[in-house]
Amino acid sequence: MIEINHLDVVFGHGHKLFHAVRDLALKIERGQSYGLVGESGSGKTTVLRALAGLLAGVARVSGEMQVAGESLQGQNRSREFRRRVQMVFQDPYGSLHPRHTVDTILSEPARVHRLDRIEDRVVQALEEVGLDASFRFRYPHQISGGQRQRVSVARALITDPEIVLLDEPTSALDVSVQAEVLNLLMRLKRDHGLTYVLVSHNLAVVAHMCEALSVMQNGSVVETMNVKQLRDHTPTTPYTRQLLTASLGYDRQAIDAFEEFA
Amino acid sequence: MTDAPLLKVEDLHVSYNTPTGVVEAVRGVSFELGREKLGIVGESGSGKSQTGRAILGLVAPGGQRRARRLEFDGTDLLSADERTMRRIRGDCISMIMQDPKYSLNPVMSIGAQIEEAFLVHRETIRQEARERTLEMLRAVKIREAERVYKAYPHEVSGGMGQRIMIAMMMIPEPDIIIADEPTSALDVTVQLQVLAVLDDMISERGMGLIFISHDLNLVASFCDRILVMYGGQVVEQCLAAELDQARHPYTRGLLNCLPSLDHGQDELPVLKRDPAWLSAVKVSS
Repeated sequence: MIEINHLDVVFGHGHKLFHAVRDLALKIERGQSYGLVGESGSGKTTVLRALAGLLAGVARVSGEMQVAGESLQGQNRSREFRRRVQMVFQDPYGSLHPRHTVDTILSEPARVHRLDRIEDRVVQALEEVGLDASFRFRYPHQISGGQRQRVSVARALITDPEIVLLDEPTSALDVSVQAEVLNLLMRLKRDHGLTYVLVSHNLAVVAHMCEALSVMQNGSVVETMNVKQLRDHTPTTPYTRQLLTASLGYDRQAIDAFEEFA
Repeated sequence: MTDAPLLKVEDLHVSYNTPTGVVEAVRGVSFELGREKLGIVGESGSGKSQTGRAILGLVAPGGQRRARRLEFDGTDLLSADERTMRRIRGDCISMIMQDPKYSLNPVMSIGAQIEEAFLVHRETIRQEARERTLEMLRAVKIREAERVYKAYPHEVSGGMGQRIMIAMMMIPEPDIIIADEPTSALDVTVQLQVLAVLDDMISERGMGLIFISHDLNLVASFCDRILVMYGGQVVEQCLAAELDQARHPYTRGLLNCLPSLDHGQDELPVLKRDPAWLSAVKVSS
């Protein structure tokens, strides 16, 4: 479904040059949930943005990307690609227009893609994310963080996509709300046969959602594994092992053995 | 953990007057703190940060603090004037905030900021303050203390910024540290390294720590004792090691809705909030 080879992303010039992604390769099957894991600055979000074509004019992107048989040229994306591939952003407070109602937010992508029956689609999308029609004419500040993230998911669904790129979809939410949103995402994936690419720093969330994952560090993939290896705590690289140990909680002895990976 | 508690809090209330009515952020919280690590956990809006701030009298304008008793080592904090509170803040009880980006002065060198924290509370000379500052930077495991001393906050990483905050809060040698989500903005490995620094200093100096966090697993593994807050009240208290035997349905619900790293499940149990939890603790007048 998604195949990336030799992806390089470079921001800036001269002494401000930053090589965010280096020679990255990824292969994601149709219907899979694929995790991209790493610490801040590892380049995981940049990979999503490069895939979605959001780096035009921001960074230099080179490499080969193929999505569902379509070969992507630079950061140009066809209208059809933009309908088939949607993204959900991290911060539900920042990614919804504060002066647009939920109805406007949801109908905009449908209008852009010249879809029919826009009103039906809006009501249906809301229903699918567990919000009743009374939410249609509210503003983002009138609903909670979890409800906003549901609206973001509904906005992604409205164009009937095949691939959804999820950039830390629950990290701004309380754990009880996180559980609701994760359940919602799992159900939608089953119902619509979606393919997910999930960026997260939370290994437990990735273990719950994904079948396979890549661990990134300094712009490169250091390890690719399936979820069983993660659950069995059998990563092969020292970096991933340390990340896993750190995810298990505070252990004074283990911390002394931490290494710096540069 | 020790004999005489450092801090006694009894029936603490914090309320705010808003245009739409009175919001009760903290409703009758009571606890004692010894020379130990006490965790306060809860979700956003549970009143955990407000509890920490109210101890130091840091209540935003429009807010009110009431308590039956609020005592630090024999000093009544309820009746203390601003002058006494200024001495207590930093010297006896200090606070580490969440984000070093916003809590450090961007136009003052790191060394000068830490020195200031020392000079405010000690009658001493610059030379000694400088030496103590460098010593402190080394104590929080900053390798090039001399370089960092001269650096400005934007020149250091998040993890180092948070170690600098710890150094600044530790230098007046307080008895109690209140840490409000001190490492939530950091990557997980850096977070643990910073906590290890804090942990070592607290046990070496025999201090008390109030660790405010939303992260149940972290608190359970880091602290000695835990208070679980919901709707401005403490709904459960337990030893950190016994959190997995927690009985309150809210605590159980929180523990269950965390995705597990070790085994998969089709659906996460969601937390069903019972309105009775909000009135479960009797508010005595």
